[in-house]
Amino acid sequence: MSTSTPPRLPRTGDTEQTAELLWKAVSAADEYAATELVLRLLDEGTDPESVLLDVIAQVQGRVGEEWAANRISVAQEHAATAINERAVTAVSTHSAARTAVTRGRITVACVDGEWHGLPARLLAEVLKLRGWQVDYLGAQVPTPHLIGHLHSTRADVVALSSSIATRLPTAHAAITACQAVGVPVLVGGAAFGPEGRYAKLLGADAWAPDARTAAGHLAQERLPRPASDHQRFDDLPHLGDQEYTMVARNSATLVRSVLTGLEDAFPAMRAYSELQRERTAQDLAHIVDFLATALYLDDEDLFTRFIAWTAQILVARGVPARSLPPALDLLDRELKDFPRAVRILRAGTHTLTTAPFTAAGNIA
Amino acid sequence: MPDLPWGRAPYPVLVADVHGAVVRCNDAAGLLLPAAAPGTPLTDVAPDWLCAAHTALSLPGPHAVPDTEGPLRGVIGGRCFEAHPTIRKDGSVAWWLVDDTDHQLVREALCMERGRTAFLAKASNVLLSSLNLARCMDVTAQMAAESLADAALAIAPARGQRLPVVTCLRGGAPVLSTLTVDPDDVPGLGEALRGFPPVPSRWIDPATAPAWMVPEGFGPVGSIVITPLPGHGVPAGALILLRRTENAAFRDEEEVFARLFAARAGAAMSAARLYAEQSTITDVLMRELLPPVLHHISGVDFAGRYRPSADHERIGGDFYDVHPAAVEGEASLVSLGDVCGKGLEAAVLTGKIRNTLHALLPMADDHQRMLGLLNTALLSSHHTRFATLVLASAVRRGNVVDLKLTSGGHPSPLIIRADGTVEEADTHGTLIGAIPNISSHTASASLAPGESCVLYTDGITEAKGGPMGDALFGEERLKRALSDCAGMPAEGIVEHIQMLAAQWLGNRPHDDMAVVVISAPRTHHLSAVNGHTRGRFTA
Repeated sequence: MSTSTPPRLPRTGDTEQTAELLWKAVSAADEYAATELVLRLLDEGTDPESVLLDVIAQVQGRVGEEWAANRISVAQEHAATAINERAVTAVSTHSAARTAVTRGRITVACVDGEWHGLPARLLAEVLKLRGWQVDYLGAQVPTPHLIGHLHSTRADVVALSSSIATRLPTAHAAITACQAVGVPVLVGGAAFGPEGRYAKLLGADAWAPDARTAAGHLAQERLPRPASDHQRFDDLPHLGDQEYTMVARNSATLVRSVLTGLEDAFPAMRAYSELQRERTAQDLAHIVDFLATALYLDDEDLFTRFIAWTAQILVARGVPARSLPPALDLLDRELKDFPRAVRILRAGTHTLTTAPFTAAGNIA
Repeated sequence: MPDLPWGRAPYPVLVADVHGAVVRCNDAAGLLLPAAAPGTPLTDVAPDWLCAAHTALSLPGPHAVPDTEGPLRGVIGGRCFEAHPTIRKDGSVAWWLVDDTDHQLVREALCMERGRTAFLAKASNVLLSSLNLARCMDVTAQMAAESLADAALAIAPARGQRLPVVTCLRGGAPVLSTLTVDPDDVPGLGEALRGFPPVPSRWIDPATAPAWMVPEGFGPVGSIVITPLPGHGVPAGALILLRRTENAAFRDEEEVFARLFAARAGAAMSAARLYAEQSTITDVLMRELLPPVLHHISGVDFAGRYRPSADHERIGGDFYDVHPAAVEGEASLVSLGDVCGKGLEAAVLTGKIRNTLHALLPMADDHQRMLGLLNTALLSSHHTRFATLVLASAVRRGNVVDLKLTSGGHPSPLIIRADGTVEEADTHGTLIGAIPNISSHTASASLAPGESCVLYTDGITEAKGGPMGDALFGEERLKRALSDCAGMPAEGIVEHIQMLAAQWLGNRPHDDMAVVVISAPRTHHLSAVNGHTRGRFTA
């Protein structure tokens, strides 16, 4: 890209092609090409919101897909995201993005432990373009910081983002804390499940599948002040059986005993290097995390979707996924006194034995 | 009628036939309904509600009284009665009248008290949940307008010449406005807002009320009362209640009730005010202690991120700074360090160290001398804490970034080469602030485009957790992670390392964690790109 003739741009409005160009720059980790491209689009008169959502967000979506399909590493995903972040900064400081405040005040943040800040950042920029006064608190905001911020500002609404389902218990705490200080919460992000079903379950005041819908929703109606007597437990009465608490608290012990059990069942595992062993333990820790989240929400679909995805990733990684059903089986044995956990684990096993990838012999 | 067993009954009893004529009545009924002589039409004797009930019930022949919800009730001669019918064989009805006026009054009073208690409990709930003054004022105005008056104004003590006022009409939404008015022009308002001298609720003549007090579209005002909001030693503000002409007057118990509400609103508003004052003080004092936002300086990329040990804090015992060179073409100075201990006390010492280093910038090219002077300064201060730190001078020459790195008892910086090799910088030295004579060894290194140097504190490597909860993150794991970061932008590396450490920890407790990355930009573009100005192509 060290050339004095800049790459020829497609005609304004052809966002698909531009997104392809940006994807090339981002995947080559070429931040200068990326920012140049975005700035030139704006100079040519492309609507800044369209640059953010039809170009940058599209590319970021693709980064996520590539990562989910294990075609790029977590580090590469971070590199690509850092470059997309710079592209967003370039848009937000361009003169075309200068907008006067005509609406209320909104706080945009990611749930604690959520490191994917870009979707929230894009929403923040879109809301600024639409005339909101936006306080963007960034990725992984601890709930005490969020509440401290709400006490010292008069935000009309909080927009909370989470992409990882295992952050949902934390998201729930954040949602109820915001509502308790009298501020309604709009949530978004992949964590909230298909059609945002967990958003409703966790008592969020609104849910939106993407930044454009969120901005439209917020423009349409003022979210009412949440009721003051809402208790977190009211949303999820099943938590009374303590299964979530027990599994979440003992996750390290569970991982250890399942790992030992696997080594007994597959003597070949004893020859694993320390790194391989740790990786297996990490996979098991993920399974326990998702099990705990499924218990929190009392939703076995969340667990089966995760198990199906893990099986595919293992296959993509070239690791035989045959250890997955025995791992679930061992967990089942460890948790035999917890009926909900057992039901969820068996649903996971059922998915593995009935899913199409077993036919190909990749699993089992 | 002494022949009847109920003739002397203390309750009035009246019998009327199917034609609606009075058959007989007892002594008590005679007193209550003096016109009730036998043969008189019931309509001439009894009130309409009783006549209507009789017509509906009194049919020829024996039949039962249909089930109704609760007894029939109505007013006779200004008192409240329950009417219990008994149907006789011929279809005539005996009406037993029970005076329950007092019972009714007690029930009404109980119902009202319950409503008020529920209202006060709700007010306390809502007011207690927020420490934001504006939100407390919203709630105060809105709840007062719902239950105490047709409109309400919550006024906070003035800031300078300007008076924050939240106005709410019954059924409407609270609206904040800031007015430039003199509260002393309104009788009682100035005192209420100053909180001194103590004044009771005060009625003012609606005709003399200033225009700003009456919300738009309110119509003619019947009454206005100004109630001071009692605070905790600080003035909390005032509540103004407006009623329209039709229900203008406040009854005594309504005034008592309004005062009870005002006490709660005042407590909440003064607490919110105290909180706001305290957090302003904290913010101002903490501003200098917060880690700075790093960016691109003179052709070198810098990025940093800090995570304090406690989630509710923003500062702690780790620190970093990047000081651009005073003269273009000279090296920028990066410092990153860790004060023994954590929390606020440690943060205060980081502030001192950062200030001292700032003052020593003129000798930034001589790391040993800087560390020596810092050591002397720390030894002579009353703090018994010591610190470890690393200094890095970074300057761009052509496409490469030249580095000088000096450690004062701190973990050595790690350098990520373009091929993913991770090297440890060969620097070591004594920690700072513990012994009078210190020594250190400076290492030199060059970063080719896309290469980075990582400075970190031991909070990262000593993060304890992992899938089985008992392993340290450790230097080996850090190096392995960094070797995946070859060619990544500085922010990406910083974020990646902080994320890996955070995920390793899970929910376990941890020390302060700081990471700074110095990178040589990847491409040949000269970089004025910092997000604010456009980059230029040079090659």
